[in-house]
Amino acid sequence: MPTKIEKDSITGTNTTGHEWDGLKELNTPLPKWWLYVFYATIAFSIVWMAIYPSLPVTGARGLSGWTARGAIGPALEAEKAAREPMLAKLRAATPAQIAADPEMRAFALAGGRIAFANNCAGCHGAGGQGAPGGFPSLADDDWLYGGSFDAIQHTIRHGVRNGESDEARGVAMPRFQADGLLKAEQVADTAEYVLSLTGRATDAAAAQRGGQVFAENCVSCHGEKGEGNRDMGAPRLNDQVWLYGGDKASLMRSIGWSRAGVMPSWGGRLDPATVNMLTVYVHALGGGE
Amino acid sequence: MGEVTSPDRMKPEAAQAAPGSLYASRQKVYPKAVTGRVRTAKWLILALCLGLYYTVPLLRWDRGPDLPDQAVLVDIANGRLFFFFIEIWPQEVYYLTGLLVLAAIGLFAATSLFGRVWCGFACPQTVWTDLFMQVERWIQGDRNARMKLDLQPWTGEWLRRKLLTHAVWLGIAMATGGAWVMYFNDALAMTPRFFTGQASLEVYVFFGLFTATTYLLAGWAREQVCTYMCPWPRFQAAMLDENSLVVTYRAWRGEPRGKAKEAGHGDCVDCRACVHVCPTGIDIRDGQQLECIGCGLCIDACDDVMGRLGRPRGLIAFETLTSLAASEAAAKPLPPGPQRQACGMQARRPQKLVRPRTLIYAGVLALVVAVMGGAWALRETTSLAVLRDRAPIFVRLSDGGVRNAYTLKLGDKTRGVESYALLLDGPAGLALSVQDAGRDAQGRPVLATRPDGITQWRALVTAAPGARLPESVPVAFRLVDGQGRTAIRTSSVFLGPKP
Repeated sequence: MPTKIEKDSITGTNTTGHEWDGLKELNTPLPKWWLYVFYATIAFSIVWMAIYPSLPVTGARGLSGWTARGAIGPALEAEKAAREPMLAKLRAATPAQIAADPEMRAFALAGGRIAFANNCAGCHGAGGQGAPGGFPSLADDDWLYGGSFDAIQHTIRHGVRNGESDEARGVAMPRFQADGLLKAEQVADTAEYVLSLTGRATDAAAAQRGGQVFAENCVSCHGEKGEGNRDMGAPRLNDQVWLYGGDKASLMRSIGWSRAGVMPSWGGRLDPATVNMLTVYVHALGGGE
Repeated sequence: MGEVTSPDRMKPEAAQAAPGSLYASRQKVYPKAVTGRVRTAKWLILALCLGLYYTVPLLRWDRGPDLPDQAVLVDIANGRLFFFFIEIWPQEVYYLTGLLVLAAIGLFAATSLFGRVWCGFACPQTVWTDLFMQVERWIQGDRNARMKLDLQPWTGEWLRRKLLTHAVWLGIAMATGGAWVMYFNDALAMTPRFFTGQASLEVYVFFGLFTATTYLLAGWAREQVCTYMCPWPRFQAAMLDENSLVVTYRAWRGEPRGKAKEAGHGDCVDCRACVHVCPTGIDIRDGQQLECIGCGLCIDACDDVMGRLGRPRGLIAFETLTSLAASEAAAKPLPPGPQRQACGMQARRPQKLVRPRTLIYAGVLALVVAVMGGAWALRETTSLAVLRDRAPIFVRLSDGGVRNAYTLKLGDKTRGVESYALLLDGPAGLALSVQDAGRDAQGRPVLATRPDGITQWRALVTAAPGARLPESVPVAFRLVDGQGRTAIRTSSVFLGPKP
């Protein structure tokens, strides 16, 4: 507590009685109302905390029952109502029609971007770049099931090997080594042959032997030159894009134990307008056909 | 600084805190009406400032169809700032920053030359308080009448005059709040909506906010804003020096104070006229002090008294401390009288305007004006922003080629539509395409602008397989107009795998 209040000889003002190493503080008083305003703000804050959720005794909702969700509800409803005419148009149109109409396209790209971030980016990446281990890039020009508007729409709607939709994409590839269809050496030879399709074989003799195996077991789906088959989702083997890795070890793993990527069917989860917006957005990522 | 008879500040007793308390009741100030040169100047500045403030939103400026015709308008909703022929986009807010920098340095320069001219003459707090005090005088009378009124019981006369005063104050405050929101909304379109309750909530909130602050600050808080709240009086001491004009009491001439008829006294007759007119309730004869806003009304009050006594004016004056000290040194040995007066006035020094401080302020001012003027003269009406996709960094195509994607934002600040061909400057082997863009006769993508808006495009740049490019290649997008001139060029990079 301040003890020694004295009058400063130069200013004629009292000191507060505080002293630090010989330095004294003059008491230049604030107006009293200033202090009362400060008390009023404290009182206000207590009332405020009671009305809004902050005090344990008034519960998680405060006295007013206010919630952030409840506060934003009407705004969301209004936003939904404002979008509805455009969404109705998007539902009725095909993705190709949407892309041809500048107004619908702009809306679909903006809406598709959000829907993609919410639903697709987890596997396919924020910009559709895909991810190692079976999540295909949607920005390149290589498509398992086709990159046309209709093909993309079908894939989104029904998904891949999910057991949810009868029209889901994808055919199961045999597990050639695991199920004893091929021996380990044959698998290695076939891998060499597949490498040779993109000019990367290291053992010409093995590749030749593998060519025989390939002709007998693989061409029905992957084509004679490894050009792939979109109806079955058999990937191209003669390009530079490898979903599960293009080195020999990865290829042997793919041949021997098979691969089977899965994607949910979104037709039952998203409304048709959103599926259409996603289709237009994915088509515009760079690989659309 | 002038020597004064009493070294003690003549603080009213009530401004001293009770022992042990850090707070004191406010000592109400009752400034007396005054006339004179300074007062006239203050009225003129007040009329100019308030006249501009209340009427500028009503000025019209034809900009053509579909555009607001308000001369000065901050259109928040549409992101445009209109100032007569100037239109600024949000991304050009640095012009506004530049103006504020100019205002700040201008304020520094004015302060170092002429003292607290901002505080005393042009500050909104001073201007509105002056107006509110004048209203108070009209309704409640001058200083003595008001002091008497405040001692009366709170009935009849007191109630009538007080209510009327506050009603007029609130009216002015509402006009102030109303004018404020007009700078952000079309004044003519908004006014009827405002009075029929159809304006937006923001409009009413800001109207209420500015009404309340005007009423409270100019009606109630007054000089306390300057003494307790405002930071400017705290740090302007850094701009003021002994060569700045400040309101000074010429103690060498006035002291010792005493009755006019008695011999042996200086010119100050201790009538306290200077104290009675002071809007902050201080005594200028105590010397320089924080509370003095430099309004100079005490000069008018003292000149009036000196005139009536047949003594020369200027016992209180705008003067530099250098000049004051010189007068004081010259007059000190002399006894009060006309000779001391002549000697002291003779010794005054002209104000030194050119000093390192003012030169630096002038230099910085000139620099900022030059930079802003240059930036304005070179302002481009077309802009091309290039945003390279970061996810994915690049796309490997099935033939082994590498592709980068870019978002192009083409802005046009004019009202016309321009078409440009897009070219890519970069190493050979890079191919450019733009989604949804048409192509001209030479096969180049054609981008069209939108009047007063931005168009967005997605450009794909592809390196052919086998193109031997380093990991990062500088490229540039160039817009070429119909005559083949480059309108704008924006740099970016093309990224690929490590070679």
